[in-house]
Amino acid sequence: MNNKIKLFSYDRLNTPIHRLSGLTKLICFLFLTFAVMYSYDIRVILLVMAFSIVIMIISKIKFSQIRLMILYVLIFVLTNAVISFLFSPEMGVELLGSRHVIAPLPGKHDLTQEQLLYSITKIFKYFSVIPLGILFLLTTNPSEFASSLNRIGVHYKAAYAVSLTLRYFPDMQRDYRDISQAQQARGLDLSRKAKLAHRFKNALMIVIPLIFSSLDRIELISNAMDLRGFGKGKTRTWYTARKFNRRDYIAIVVSVLIFLGTISVSIFINHSRFYNPFI
Amino acid sequence: MSKQAIIEFNNFSFQYYSQAEPTLHNINLSIYPGEKILIVGPSGSGKSTLGYCINGLIPFAYKGEMKGSLCIKGEETTKKNIFELSKWVGTVLQDSDGQFVGLTAGEDIAFALENDNVPYKKMHQRVTKVAEMVDIDSQLDLSPFELSGGQKQRTSLAGVMVNDVDILLFDEPLANLDPATGKTAIEIIDDIHNNAAKTVIIIEHRLEDVLHRHVDRILVIREGRIIADLNAHDLVSSDILINTGIREPLYVTALKYAGVEVNSEIQPGYITTLKANGLHKELTEWQAKIQPPPEKPSRPTILSMEDVSFSYDGVRLVLEDINIDIREGEMLSLVGKNGAGKSTLSKLLCGFEKEDTGVIRFYGEDIKDKTIKERAEIIGAVLQNPNQMISKPMIYDEVALGLRFRDVPENEIEERVEKVLKICGLTPFKSWPISALSYGQKKRVTIASILVLGPKILILDEPTAGQDFRHYTEIMEFLVELNKMGVTIILITHDMHLMLEYTPRAIVLVESRIVADTAASVVLTDDRVIQKANLKETSLYTLAQMAGIPDGTRFVQKFIDYERRIKNR
Repeated sequence: MNNKIKLFSYDRLNTPIHRLSGLTKLICFLFLTFAVMYSYDIRVILLVMAFSIVIMIISKIKFSQIRLMILYVLIFVLTNAVISFLFSPEMGVELLGSRHVIAPLPGKHDLTQEQLLYSITKIFKYFSVIPLGILFLLTTNPSEFASSLNRIGVHYKAAYAVSLTLRYFPDMQRDYRDISQAQQARGLDLSRKAKLAHRFKNALMIVIPLIFSSLDRIELISNAMDLRGFGKGKTRTWYTARKFNRRDYIAIVVSVLIFLGTISVSIFINHSRFYNPFI
Repeated sequence: MSKQAIIEFNNFSFQYYSQAEPTLHNINLSIYPGEKILIVGPSGSGKSTLGYCINGLIPFAYKGEMKGSLCIKGEETTKKNIFELSKWVGTVLQDSDGQFVGLTAGEDIAFALENDNVPYKKMHQRVTKVAEMVDIDSQLDLSPFELSGGQKQRTSLAGVMVNDVDILLFDEPLANLDPATGKTAIEIIDDIHNNAAKTVIIIEHRLEDVLHRHVDRILVIREGRIIADLNAHDLVSSDILINTGIREPLYVTALKYAGVEVNSEIQPGYITTLKANGLHKELTEWQAKIQPPPEKPSRPTILSMEDVSFSYDGVRLVLEDINIDIREGEMLSLVGKNGAGKSTLSKLLCGFEKEDTGVIRFYGEDIKDKTIKERAEIIGAVLQNPNQMISKPMIYDEVALGLRFRDVPENEIEERVEKVLKICGLTPFKSWPISALSYGQKKRVTIASILVLGPKILILDEPTAGQDFRHYTEIMEFLVELNKMGVTIILITHDMHLMLEYTPRAIVLVESRIVADTAASVVLTDDRVIQKANLKETSLYTLAQMAGIPDGTRFVQKFIDYERRIKNR
C-alpha cells in the first residue's frame, strides 16, 4: 500500500527556504500575491515571476513535482484568455485607454495591441502567483502551517482543524479505496459505462459506509483531544512554531519592499494600475 | 494499608441517558497509590464505562445519571472538570492510530503541553525527556504512516505522561497490536509502573497477555457489578473466568484438561510463577492418551499462486515469489506483521490489484482476465470493519445488493437471500434495520452479503478484532460451520489463539516473502519464525518446556487435537 501519500507532498529538505518559519512564508506569500494582483504592469509582474522562479530553484523543488499543476493552470489561463477575448474583445482598450489594431477581424473582434498586452499580462499574473503558492505548500511543514495561521489571527481551533484535516486525509483516502474496492466486488459499476443518474446513486454506496466508519473515528479523536486538554484555554502554544530569526526578518522586509515597489511603480510612474507602452 | 485511596468509588451507580438500565451498579472500590490493577470483563459489562468515570469522559463527554460518590485524590470528580482531571489521570485509548492527533510523533506527545500554553523551549525539553523514557526519542520527526504499531503506542503513552499524571489508565491497550508488540507494550507499562511510581489501571479482556507481567489485583466486572477482586493466582484457580466468558490462559486450560488440580499452591497466575516441576507425569500421561485425528482424504487444489510478485510503485516489491497451494475445504490463517503484504495478497486474489509476474489459478485456470465483479463470484473478501461495507439501512437489502447489481430476477434473489440469511442465523432479523444489530451480527450481515454471490473461497480480515471471548467464539464457530459446508476460508489475523484453535495451517509472511507454510503448532513454537513475524511463543510450549516435556511442538499439536475432539470440529 502506498503509505507515503502526503498531501502537497511536503519534503523535509534543508534549504534556506525550508528553514524560514511558516509564518514568514505565509506573510511573504500574501505580500507578493497582493503586489502581483494589484499591478497590471507586465514589467513588474515578470520581475516577480523571475524572483519566484529563483526562489523555487533555491528550495530544490523539482519540475516533476509541479508539472501537473502547471499544466492545469496553463489550460485554465489560456481558455480564460480566449473566452475573455470572445466576450469582451475591447476590455484591454477600455482599461488602457488607447486602441491600436493589429488585425481587423469580423464583427467587433478586432485584435488590438492593448487586448493582447492585457491578456498576456493576465497570463503572467497567474504564472507568478501560482509558483509562490506551490512554493509555500511544498516547503512548509503542514503543522507549522496551522501554527502560522493561528499567529496571523485565525482562532486556534480553526487552525487546528486544518492540521487535523491534513492528519486524517490519508486515512480517509485509504478507507475510501478499501470501501470502493469492496463495493466493486459486489458489483458496483464505477466506470463511465453507467448512466449518470446511476453513477450518482453508486457514489452513495461508497459515501455512506465512509461516513459511518468515519463517525467512529471522529468520536475517538474528539475523546482523545478532550482527554488531553484541547480547548481548555483561550490560547495555545505550538510545538512546531519556529522562532523568528534574522533570516525571517530579511525575507519579510524583501517582500514588503517588492510590494511597496509595485505600488510605487503604479502610482509614480504609470499613474494607474495599468501600464500602457502604446501612447 | 492505611494509606489514603487515590481513587475511591462509594456506592457508585451510573446510567447513560440513552440507556434504560444503569450500566454500573453500586460500585465500591478503593485503589491505592502505586497499585497496578487489571479490570477484565466481557463486552458490555461496564468496564469501559468504569474507565470513563475515572478519566472524566463521564460526566463531561457522555451524559448520564450518577449516584453515590467517586473521589480522585480525595476530591469529588463532579466538582472538577475534564481538563483538571486530565492532569491526574492520563488515558491511553485503544487504537493508537486513531488517537494520534499530531502530524509527527513529537507533535503528538506535545499536544497536552500545547493546550497548556507551555512555552516553546520548555515544551521541547519536556517532550525529549518523556520520549526518552519510552524510547521513542529517535523517531520524533516521523509521521504516523512511518511509525510501527508499537511506536505509535509508545507515542500515545508519552503523550499522556508529559503531564506527569499520577494515574495511568489503559483502555484495551492490546487491541490492534501484533502479539510481539503487545508483549512489549505490557513490558513498557510494567517498567513505567515500577520506575515512575504511577498508579496503573489496565482495562483489557485479553487476560493472558496482560499477565505476562505482574499485576496487584484483578477486578472482574459483569453486568455492571464488580464480582471479583482477587490476585492472579486465586482468580485463575477459580471458575469465575469461565462463568463470566473470559478466556483463561491457555496453559491453565491445558492443565485442567490433563486433570491437574489448579489451585493457588502451584501459583498458576503467571506462566513465569507456575510451579511446573511436579506436573511432568500428569501432562505426559495425558498427552500419550490423545489420538491424532484421522488423516483427511486429499482434495483437489482450489487456488494456487505460482511465483507471484507485485509492487505498487514499480520499485519496491510488496510481494515476492509467492507460491501457495490451497486445497478445497481448507481453513488457514495468513499471519505476519503490519506491512508484510497480507492485505496486498488478499487484494491480488480479489482482483483489486493485478500481479506483475506469476499466475493465480482457480481450479487450474488462470484468472488474470476476470474482472473484480467476476472474481467476487469465486473469491469473496470481508473487510475488518463491518461499517465499511454496509450501505443499506435494511438487512435484506444489504444482503441482496450484490445480486441486484447483477440483475438477478427478484424471485431468485429472494430465494438466495433467504437461504444465506438462514445459514448465517439472521432469518429472525430479516426485516430489521441494520442499526439495531450488535457488532457480531453486523459482521454476519457483511459475511452474508458476500456469501450470497456464491464464492467458493472466503477471505476475512481480522474477523474477531476487538471481540470478547464469547463473541469471538460465536463468530469463529459460525465460520467453522461455513467451512464444513465446503467454503474454503482464509483468515488474515494477528490472533494466535485463533490460529491455534481454528486453523490447522498457517502461512507466515515476512517482508513480502513467505517464510513458513506449515502447521500452526509448528509456527508458534519455532523461535526463528516467531522473531521474524512479530509473533509470540504460545504459553503451551513454555509449559511443556517447564514441565520437562522434550517435544514441545508435539505437545502443542496434541493440545489442538484434543480440543478439536472435545469440541467436535
